[in-house]
Amino acid sequence: MGTVAVHGLCKSFGKVQALDGVTLDVPDGSFFVVLGPSGAGKTTTLRAIAGLEKLDAGSVHLDGRDATGDPPAARDLAMVFQSYALYPRHTVYENIASPLRARRCSSSEIAAAVEQMSSLLHIERLLRRRPAQLSGGEMQRVALARALVRRPRAFLMDEPLTNLDLKLRVEMRTELTRIHRSLGATFVYVTNDQVEALSMADQVAILKEGKVQQVGTPTEVYERPANQWVAGFVGSPPISLLACHAEGDRLVGTEGWTLPRPRWTTAEDGRPLLLGLRAEDLSVEQRGNASLSGELYGLEPLGDRTVVDVRVGTEILKVKARPTVTGTPGERLLVTVDLERAHLFDAGTGVSLSGAGR
Amino acid sequence: MAVSVDEAVSTGPARDHTPPARRVGGRGRSVLEIALLTVLAVVMLFPVLWMIETSIKENRDVYAIPAEFFGFKVTMDHFKDVFVASGGGRSALSVSFLNSVVVAGASTVLATTLGVPAAWAYSRFAVKAKKDQLFFILSTRFMPPVVVVIPIFLMYRQVGLIDSKLGLILIYAAYNLPFTIWMMKGFVDEVPAEYEDAAMLDGYTRLQAFWRFTLPLLVPGIAATAVFALIFSWNEFVFAIFLTSSDNVRTAPPAIAGLIGGTTVDWGLVAAASVVFALPVLVFAYLVRKHLVAGVTLGAVRR
Repeated sequence: MGTVAVHGLCKSFGKVQALDGVTLDVPDGSFFVVLGPSGAGKTTTLRAIAGLEKLDAGSVHLDGRDATGDPPAARDLAMVFQSYALYPRHTVYENIASPLRARRCSSSEIAAAVEQMSSLLHIERLLRRRPAQLSGGEMQRVALARALVRRPRAFLMDEPLTNLDLKLRVEMRTELTRIHRSLGATFVYVTNDQVEALSMADQVAILKEGKVQQVGTPTEVYERPANQWVAGFVGSPPISLLACHAEGDRLVGTEGWTLPRPRWTTAEDGRPLLLGLRAEDLSVEQRGNASLSGELYGLEPLGDRTVVDVRVGTEILKVKARPTVTGTPGERLLVTVDLERAHLFDAGTGVSLSGAGR
Repeated sequence: MAVSVDEAVSTGPARDHTPPARRVGGRGRSVLEIALLTVLAVVMLFPVLWMIETSIKENRDVYAIPAEFFGFKVTMDHFKDVFVASGGGRSALSVSFLNSVVVAGASTVLATTLGVPAAWAYSRFAVKAKKDQLFFILSTRFMPPVVVVIPIFLMYRQVGLIDSKLGLILIYAAYNLPFTIWMMKGFVDEVPAEYEDAAMLDGYTRLQAFWRFTLPLLVPGIAATAVFALIFSWNEFVFAIFLTSSDNVRTAPPAIAGLIGGTTVDWGLVAAASVVFALPVLVFAYLVRKHLVAGVTLGAVRR
């Protein structure tokens, strides 16, 4: 068993409200990612689960039991810190052995467990070194080994890949997913990298300014963002948002354009809206019945694709195109819109109005 | 190294592969620096040199005019007198040295064992009005000992701590505690709290985490802080002379001061006693110099 549930977590540091009623439910065995920009309260949430942060309000339940007041040692959790927090005076071996030493395991048990972990993470030859003699990637593996060396209720990971270079990060992403699958344990993983979140998670919780914006599978948060902020935060290049309102069977843009009104929206006429269009749902190469006219603003070749910036009035649309696309800035363009995959948000509250009819 | 100012200046503009401004300033200043440091060293070390010379001169050479710096007859009699009483047995001075060792050592240990956990607590926990508390702790160090010596004398008389080593140990520990807390807090701040967080998740209690993972990293800081506390306690004069009177309690500073006075002063004995008094702190500071330098810079430099 390894369920983690937090309810109504509140925590302020001086005048800064770090957590403002955070409620999360992490099912047993899931890879649960808490995603948000820096300062969103992700790390504070994780530290609250670990028992490292004294809460102003709220409760933490582990395996259904209230553990709010328990000290960290009693919670049976393991954590990987962003800074790795390897003990500088101890060898790699002693670092990995530390959780077992704390539990007074016999030295033969410890030796066996450390050996198993070091071979799993390919760090056998580092065991006699000290943390200062390790590279970033090696430190990260040691920190991981220290967490994985015993079988806790759940693993907490605080941006464990942030301090690695890109190549290593991609490698470790795959490795972490593999480890998660082979252990079948509960992972609570904090990151500000949406690629990590979307590629690794079973469930994603998106946090902003201490509030949970949306919880769902990676597909859900990408395809059906709960609000304009989530839509803008998840996805790269970011979603393009155009101010508009509904008028009969049309959507009329503030910049003067018109599109057919999507049949799935329930928004009443005249209400200020934001039309959210993802780059892959727009095209400058195909023709369709719904299109916007604009002028070419710039091209961003990214190798496998090119992002075309199209200016519609004063707003910029990001359009995904084949890498072979060409054009000169200022050139008139017609952008085809896949309205079935578009999003509508209330311009005031940002709440999604895409409705359930899709 | 002797470098003339002319030479130092003339080398400047000619070599342009190093920044000329730095070259002129650097070389020129170093001449001035050496000169000033030499003057300073002479001014500061001459009394020490004189003290050492006096301690090994015979009494008539001490008063010789003009004073002889070289070629006098060397004697160790004064050092013998420091430790051995004239009629045989231990001298009063040797007892006072022993008292100094006990008082300075015990008060330093006490101040450190109380100050290090306090500093840790102020560094790690959200204490109410932390800044005010820390300022209050520091403020007790603002006034010189002589300001509080009368009230303390009266209080000590009430509780029977007058003329006791315990009394001195307590007052020195109390006087060193603010300093210890402040200096150690700087060192604790430098040690990331995440080591303790990690240790607690490993399954240790908070105190175990502090003891096993943070404390070993604080050893250089503790050594530096303890040396400062020890030097204060060792040298302290005002409390010692007011709060103690008998020879078997008195520490070395008032005991040495007591040698001066009366009709004749045995300057050789005073000098020898001073040399013996100065040595332990020098030796101690030398032994922990690595920690001392590491400690002082570690606390001062922000990463």
